[in-house]
Amino acid sequence: MSNIVEIRNLRVKAKTDSGRVVEIIKGVDLEIAKGEVVALIGESGSGKTTIALTLLGHTRSGCSIASGSVTVDGRDTVAMSEAERRRFRGTTVAYVPQSAAAAFNPSKTIMDQVVEVARIHDLMPAAVARQKAVELFRALVLPDPETIGARYPHQVSGGQLQRLAAAMALIGDPQVMVFDEPTTALDVTTQIEVLRAFKAVLRDRGMAGIYVSHDLAVVAQIADRIVVLKDGEVQEVGTTEAVVNHPSHDYTRALISAFHPQAKSSPPSDAAAPAAPILQVKSLMAGYGAMGQDGLPKYVVLKDVDLTLERGRSLGIIGESGSGKSTLARAIAGLLPPAAGQIEMNGKALAGGVRQRSKEELRRLQIVFQLADTALNPNKPVGAILARPLFFYHAMRGAARAAEVDRLLDMVRLPKALKYRLPSELSGGQKQRVNFARALAAKPDLILCDEITSALDTVVAAAVLELLDELQRELGLTYMFISHDLSTVEAICDRVAVMYEGAKVEEMPTSRMKSGAEHPYSRLLISSVPQLDTGWLDGLDDDPLLRSAMADRRAAERWAVARRQRS
Amino acid sequence: MSSTVSSARGLGLRINIVGAIGAAIILFWVAVAILAPLIAPYPVGKIVAFDYFQPMSSSFWMGTDYLGRDMLSRIMMGARYTVGISLAGVTLACFLGVTLGMIAAVVGGWFDLILSRFLDAFNSIPSLLFGLVIVAGVGSSLTVLIVTLALIYAPGSYRFARALAVNVNAMDFVTVARVRGEGIVYMVREEIFPNIIGPVLADFGLRFVFIVLLLSGLSFLGLGVQPPQADWGALVRENLDGLSYGAPAVVFPSLAIASLTISVNMLIDNLPYRIRDRGE
Repeated sequence: MSNIVEIRNLRVKAKTDSGRVVEIIKGVDLEIAKGEVVALIGESGSGKTTIALTLLGHTRSGCSIASGSVTVDGRDTVAMSEAERRRFRGTTVAYVPQSAAAAFNPSKTIMDQVVEVARIHDLMPAAVARQKAVELFRALVLPDPETIGARYPHQVSGGQLQRLAAAMALIGDPQVMVFDEPTTALDVTTQIEVLRAFKAVLRDRGMAGIYVSHDLAVVAQIADRIVVLKDGEVQEVGTTEAVVNHPSHDYTRALISAFHPQAKSSPPSDAAAPAAPILQVKSLMAGYGAMGQDGLPKYVVLKDVDLTLERGRSLGIIGESGSGKSTLARAIAGLLPPAAGQIEMNGKALAGGVRQRSKEELRRLQIVFQLADTALNPNKPVGAILARPLFFYHAMRGAARAAEVDRLLDMVRLPKALKYRLPSELSGGQKQRVNFARALAAKPDLILCDEITSALDTVVAAAVLELLDELQRELGLTYMFISHDLSTVEAICDRVAVMYEGAKVEEMPTSRMKSGAEHPYSRLLISSVPQLDTGWLDGLDDDPLLRSAMADRRAAERWAVARRQRS
Repeated sequence: MSSTVSSARGLGLRINIVGAIGAAIILFWVAVAILAPLIAPYPVGKIVAFDYFQPMSSSFWMGTDYLGRDMLSRIMMGARYTVGISLAGVTLACFLGVTLGMIAAVVGGWFDLILSRFLDAFNSIPSLLFGLVIVAGVGSSLTVLIVTLALIYAPGSYRFARALAVNVNAMDFVTVARVRGEGIVYMVREEIFPNIIGPVLADFGLRFVFIVLLLSGLSFLGLGVQPPQADWGALVRENLDGLSYGAPAVVFPSLAIASLTISVNMLIDNLPYRIRDRGE
């Protein structure tokens, strides 16, 4: 037979906390040919990871396979005994998890963990396994393949660790690899290298793979076929080319249109009368740790940052993790008093700490956090959450306040009845809207948005962005929009500032982002964003600029690791 | 503000059978403590029988003690001391500990550091020894007992509440409240406390049990409630000699202590999940 994986009429049941049994996979059929990579995409809760895990005969706790068969290499994982499954895993099917950092044991060396599969299954002598691991490190383009195994997981970067997790999966020569969102937690610039390494390894070995992701652009680079899932059912199956270019299902179309955001239609700028700056940041320095003798903290995160925000406009802040984006927001909000420099609002200097700022100053500047799950008090109904700033800043009470809560919910397009619910009873998108409505309740001039759409599904995030854009036009708000996702920034911002290692390296109008970036790091960052084009990743080799930037980057990584080891 | 909306929420306050039994036993003892003077068959200090360590009989349901006093009456009156002192002590201890713990977590810095080290030092004094010293020094009275017990158990409660509050304090919703400019009272009462109430209640129950046992220990050593009154611990001590006769006078107060402590744990472990899981 030519299909290495055949899933027939798979049904998976889950038991909810209240004891109700719900079907989360509703009769899925799927096959993967030898050497083929199939991507499962869909929003969270669509069942993509659940299906991928059944290939290993595994379900998450509380779930069970109700019926159907999952045949891998001629054997049904559903009918297997647990002991058979143990022998099966790692040798026939292997798994690469989303968070490699959580999958590695921090107290053992990488080599010990990579060869563990061979040891458990008694596949080969230890020396042979080590030799093989080194070959795999080389195939996955890891730096210093001979010695990297001797390090501990914290001594390598996130992207390297993700490739090492793949090496761990590959050591038992599996026929099928299961990738569970392996690049979701990585920065775009790192993601490229990981994707390339995975693609090369899969192609060289002719292995079949199942690639779970919610990011259509990533999937377009690596998969041969795409399966679109929603609510535990297959919506659309087709070759990558067909799905990306000619989506037939409504949901797939929504996904693809969410990927192409409407470029921001800037209001006609009056060149004659430049808008007054609402916020000015002047040579801001901030960091963590004890103050040194030079008046700077031990770990300086922000180095001499200058920013100007014009009223009614939005400024995007982009950069990879660790570049100081969030620290900048915290410093402006007063959570991290700056070591040097000034923050001015409407021409007046703001004190460094929250406690020293007046209530009026605090009201004008609101911050919205990334994770609505932790940003809303789980024990307070939505109505009470929104009512507090109304009382606190505007001393509203009784009927007037209740009416204002209703108006706020209406403003963020949520039904009024939601005010009786607790945050845990809302969906991710709804929570983020409540989170935003709380900031609006203060009637602020400026809202700092810290990665507010990063935790949301593509389609939901697109709707939230649209809402933000509308509210800006209606209320004349100013946004500072922090994100690592460039398409988000493109959709909502007038100008973009690029942060790298705590410094602002470049600022430009969004319209010029794709073409006119000048700083090499900005160009690397911008060209690293996956395009919805199946040939994009392979075409990168022809881009000399990106290639040299990558080489620089690898050198920088090696240097950073060496420095860490010395200290 | 939440009063208007809480009624609209489903309350979900169902309790399972084990928890209900625990609650029933606690209520029973509270009722006995309140009604003791009315329902006790004999005055507590009066010698009513010529024979000591009598077995159970129709006139003395739980037998008599080493002086020939009615055990049933003495246990009923003892409930007032054991339940009352322990409840007052644990309430005071948890109030102090939890309030300080939450404030330390929210304020942080030097305040937290100094308070924590001070209470750690305090915690290192063995509890029974500390109780002995205080009672020996100041003398035994109800107030002294309650305050002593509260002081002994407040540092533990502080540590526990602080650890929980530090976790909650790191959440974004607390940061949002801080950026809003909220004062410390609001932060502690509205943002932190509702999120740690579940574990704090469990700790309350556990600490109540410790206090009952420590009070019984102090009374057993003769430093607790003074004669002719007696709490349950004192009753066990007085009648210890009766153990060799198999007298009910020593068995029943022991059973009373056991039933109270076990039922408190049964209740706390089986609180309705809406309360119990709030912190998670």
